[in-house]
Amino acid sequence: MSWITNTLTSTVGRKVIMALTGLFLTLFLAVHLAGNLQLLKNDGGESFNIYTQFMAHNPLIQAISKGNFFFILLHIYVSFTLYFRNKKARPVGYKVAPGNVSSSWASRSMTLLGTLILIFILLHLRGYWYVLKFGHVPMVTVNGVEMHDAYRLVVESYQNPLIAGFYILSMGVLAFHLWHGFSSAFQSLGLSHVKYTGFIKVVGKLYAIVVPALFALIPIMLYLKSIG
Amino acid sequence: MNMNLKLNIWRQKNANDKGKFVTYEVSDVSPDMSFLEMIDVLNEDLTRKGEDPVHFDHDCREGICGACSMVINGRAHGPKRGITTCQLHMRSFKEGDSITIEPWRADAFPVVKDLVVDRSAFDRIIQAGGYVSVGTGGTPDANAIPIPKKTADIAMDAAQCIGCGACVATCKNASAMLFTSAKISQLAVLPQGQTERYNRVEKMIMQMEEEGFGGCTNTGACEVECPKEISIEHIARAHREFIAAKACSHNV
Repeated sequence: MSWITNTLTSTVGRKVIMALTGLFLTLFLAVHLAGNLQLLKNDGGESFNIYTQFMAHNPLIQAISKGNFFFILLHIYVSFTLYFRNKKARPVGYKVAPGNVSSSWASRSMTLLGTLILIFILLHLRGYWYVLKFGHVPMVTVNGVEMHDAYRLVVESYQNPLIAGFYILSMGVLAFHLWHGFSSAFQSLGLSHVKYTGFIKVVGKLYAIVVPALFALIPIMLYLKSIG
Repeated sequence: MNMNLKLNIWRQKNANDKGKFVTYEVSDVSPDMSFLEMIDVLNEDLTRKGEDPVHFDHDCREGICGACSMVINGRAHGPKRGITTCQLHMRSFKEGDSITIEPWRADAFPVVKDLVVDRSAFDRIIQAGGYVSVGTGGTPDANAIPIPKKTADIAMDAAQCIGCGACVATCKNASAMLFTSAKISQLAVLPQGQTERYNRVEKMIMQMEEEGFGGCTNTGACEVECPKEISIEHIARAHREFIAAKACSHNV
């Protein structure tokens, strides 16, 4: 085995891949959120539509988007190889489980949380990305440019309380995933030091609460607006 | 006040036996007894009755050898922090308690009998690289090699590991990363450990994986249950060592 396969297939190497892809996806969340918050602007969707138009046609963004899909797939693939290896390492379990005495529920449930997020991503892509790319979306003209009315697509979907509720719940799942994942990524990269680890942990917890909460705010506000 | 307890103990005749839990009543247990002494009392009873006593590993009984290994009510070395089973006393339990005792559970630690598991996988990890090469000859002068106090402290903290395997037993993935990282760490920070530095981390991590231990997922449970309270900072250091070794070692 060459040193490179040896590195990438060792559990430590795989954790490094998990950390790097995880941090990239964490960063992606912040960018995605910044764009989506425009849905809450009271401009009839003008700025959100300009933004989606830009994102769909800018070549740099499209390249990063491909990378993003690749990193999501890599994150999922490596996590499952680790999951099955780790299951095999303890074929007979314990009768008594210690619960949360020595570790947090989130840290023990990353595969479950990640799988729920995967289901969310698939439905999320089907609901918007797929429709915008391959479906029929009404057009709108902003500043003389004709573009998809992505704003209307989102607003109309959140009029359904089931869809809005699903989005809000999924952001709860994301919060737990980030609760452990954020600081865990730094630990996996070997970045642990009394100078900054405390800071990373605080930022991680804040990030895990604030980002999903702001994401969840969008369906909440749009649904409330729709009922009046 | 002496107490009566119900013990739910894993009994397994040998490595091939399926094994099962058997319930025993022990009466008149003194709160001053250690946990192992309590099992000694049970075993005296069993022997008198002509039954097979409960087999368990133990040696120094003063918390420094790492032999005693049992999961007590779901926790390696029992409910107290920073101690081994032999240092756990019955005053931590109360009258009428039901206590479940299980062996370390890991594919890499097969059960030999009852609560005894084979931990030689740890020995093989050490043999893979947990050593330093020292030239023979006259005794070197003490402190001939200057080492900063903080560095010596870090090495000493890691070197406290007694190799009991509580980290593996506790980890939901049965990962040996805390053990392996402590053994990597204690030598990696010291000048004497530099000669084999990169080879050490590469070989020890590889051996750890060959033994069938799971991977670390940073739950941090190991450092909570470690009787020597070894920090997962050493795991981060082992990751740094691993990344540096992969980037710099001459093993292509």
